[in-house]
Amino acid sequence: MSAALAEAPPETRVHYLNADYGIKSWLLTTDHKRIALLYLGSVTLMFFVGGAMAVMMRIHLIDPAGALVHPDTFNKLFTMHGVIMIFFFLIPAIPAVLGNFLVPLMVGAKDLAFPRINLLSWYLYIAGASLAVYAMVSGGVDTGWTFYTPYSTSYAHSQVMATALGAFILGFSSILTGLNFIVTIHKMRAPGLTWFRMPLFLWAIYATSIIQILGTPVVATAILLVGLERLFHVGIFDPAVGGDPILFQHLFWFYSHPAVYIMILPPMGVISEIVTCFSRKKVFGYHFVAFSSMAIAVISFLVWGHHMFVTGMSVYAALIFSVLSFLVAIPSAIKVFNWTATLYQGSISYQAPMLYALGFIGLFTMGGLTGLFLASLATDVHLNGTYFIVAHFHYIMVGGAVMAYMGGIHFWWPKITGRMFPDTWARLAAAIVFIGFNLTFFPQFMLGYLGMPRRYATYPAEFQVLNVMSSAGASILGIGYLIPLVYLFWSIRYGPIAPPNPWRATGLEWQTSSPPPTQNFEIPPVVKEEAYAYGPPGSELEDAHD
Amino acid sequence: MTDAASAHSSQHPPYLAHHFTDIEQQNESGTLGMWLFLLTEIMFFGGLFASYAIYRLRYFEAFREGSHLLNVKFGAINTAVLIGSSLTMALAVRAAQLSRRKAIIAFIILTMVLGIAFIGIKLNYEWSADYHEGLIPWMGFHVESPNAAGVRLFFCFYFFMTGLHALHMVVGLGIMCVLLHMAAKGRFDGGYFAPVEITGLYWHFVDIVWIFLFPLLYLIGGRY
Repeated sequence: MSAALAEAPPETRVHYLNADYGIKSWLLTTDHKRIALLYLGSVTLMFFVGGAMAVMMRIHLIDPAGALVHPDTFNKLFTMHGVIMIFFFLIPAIPAVLGNFLVPLMVGAKDLAFPRINLLSWYLYIAGASLAVYAMVSGGVDTGWTFYTPYSTSYAHSQVMATALGAFILGFSSILTGLNFIVTIHKMRAPGLTWFRMPLFLWAIYATSIIQILGTPVVATAILLVGLERLFHVGIFDPAVGGDPILFQHLFWFYSHPAVYIMILPPMGVISEIVTCFSRKKVFGYHFVAFSSMAIAVISFLVWGHHMFVTGMSVYAALIFSVLSFLVAIPSAIKVFNWTATLYQGSISYQAPMLYALGFIGLFTMGGLTGLFLASLATDVHLNGTYFIVAHFHYIMVGGAVMAYMGGIHFWWPKITGRMFPDTWARLAAAIVFIGFNLTFFPQFMLGYLGMPRRYATYPAEFQVLNVMSSAGASILGIGYLIPLVYLFWSIRYGPIAPPNPWRATGLEWQTSSPPPTQNFEIPPVVKEEAYAYGPPGSELEDAHD
Repeated sequence: MTDAASAHSSQHPPYLAHHFTDIEQQNESGTLGMWLFLLTEIMFFGGLFASYAIYRLRYFEAFREGSHLLNVKFGAINTAVLIGSSLTMALAVRAAQLSRRKAIIAFIILTMVLGIAFIGIKLNYEWSADYHEGLIPWMGFHVESPNAAGVRLFFCFYFFMTGLHALHMVVGLGIMCVLLHMAAKGRFDGGYFAPVEITGLYWHFVDIVWIFLFPLLYLIGGRY
């Protein structure tokens, strides 16, 4: 250990991490890079809290009669797992951590447009998360993350109010982050950085931000009405006095379906960056990938009804929602095909970020294609409310979003910390995550197809083999997530010093030092080339990165 | 870092934040930010308006009955008061552009007086009367009608929407206190008035929400 310390050269350069010290310099910072690290710490904590609940559920489901907890506790576990993973990890993860760090760097600005509002977003996140954790330790909540009425408004005796208020406050955090990104991308791009020279990550973040500012307020309305209903019992969602519980589902899914794209669009942006860099090729069909992000953002607002095919909807509305849901497959497929075409004849290298990216492409494709089963009216009647749905969205959310998040964290880790991570360990962890993930969730497709309903604490004995497989996979997956936690922490102190551009990547963030100075660039950058100016080995274009 | 920062800021006017290249960029960013925020507000109220529309169609007669129980006179007076406050707000922005410090302060105070008058009329002449007439759905609601359930839903929306609107006005009044403080210290002139302008945008938005609320709540009875 002392040898490693002695080898590290003395830190002489001033950068954003050593420009100032002390707890106040972090908690009152308006530097987007430091705020990104505040978010990194918070979402990582929430990820492992939510993950611990998943572990408890998987242990419980080893036995058909339930092995670990009371059925009421099981209800609370899957509810809090969903609330934490969706609201407090997946939605903020890539935008608030990587987006916060990268958007100003990628546009060549000194900071986001509203640095103080950016810090406020983090405090709102912390306030919301604190309420959710309070709800968790003071009895938990058992409505499912969807807060369906009239159960949530009239019957549930758990901590609905605290959890809902937490989600409501978190919404403001999400809105302000999205607003900050849109203004920054519109108004603060460096000279020469035209819209179609922007990295595709920025297009993805831009599309995500649009969904955040248009969708989040509507779920705020829904949550507000649930809160007022619980306070005053006026009956807006209570059919006994003329209210309509289905209205809540419309308001809820009007946000919560687009929210799926808040969770998956930023990962798509990350994958575009990684795939091009480790294929040493310009992305195939830049404009198509950019516009497909925007298309997904627009279509995402027109498909919410597919969550409600079996909860009471006119057959014609269902038909239209089904067709519109199929439309989302087009821009999603454009992305997958274009990444694949980018790989074609590229000089591919298999560093850890690339392994995560390749894993993403495969798993996202499976998650997306199984989504079509659920968008089809007839098959949805059979599969709705079964483990097939659980498997489908975990392929998107874990196989897609979390894989890309891990890939992105590894890709930009040298830029964020100024240190390299141990590549062998990272590749090993990526492989373990891939194997563990598939072993956990593929059996759930089969369970769902065979008819095992989700959200049940017990199940018939014939489903045990597949459930045990899933639980075994979850333990492998858990190890796959713990390994990076260890070596990434280790690398902050003992990792080799990172050069400014370890992957020889394009993009403004790689043209400044690692870690960047507080004002991001010593000299304000000017952009003179298209995005992803990679070339074959030995070519002039490629040598320009050395 | 502090040396660099102070050397850096000395080249800029004091109101230009360090991360913007020029005042134009800063102003445009602030204005765009407020427009985007207003977009979220439209969606926020939009959820309530959509819900209102659904129940309005389902309980058509009951909503008409409920509307008749509101006091159109005070609603109309309040509409005039609020439009007047939008005018004084616009005049405050103009005064800021012309660097007329006393006029800025006067017009902001006038806007605040009108805003407070609106809330005062609402509280004193409308909501308190509603309470005595038993129209508050969660406080001794009592309406003699075969459509009482629908009327109760109408009043749910009436109180949620006007309450939320009033809450936005209170926030606006709070922001104006800050503006007043800044104006008194002579922070605004023809070169820098973005906070006044942006607050103006917000205030006009709150006004426009009322322009939609007034007919949807007070005038749907169709007798006037």
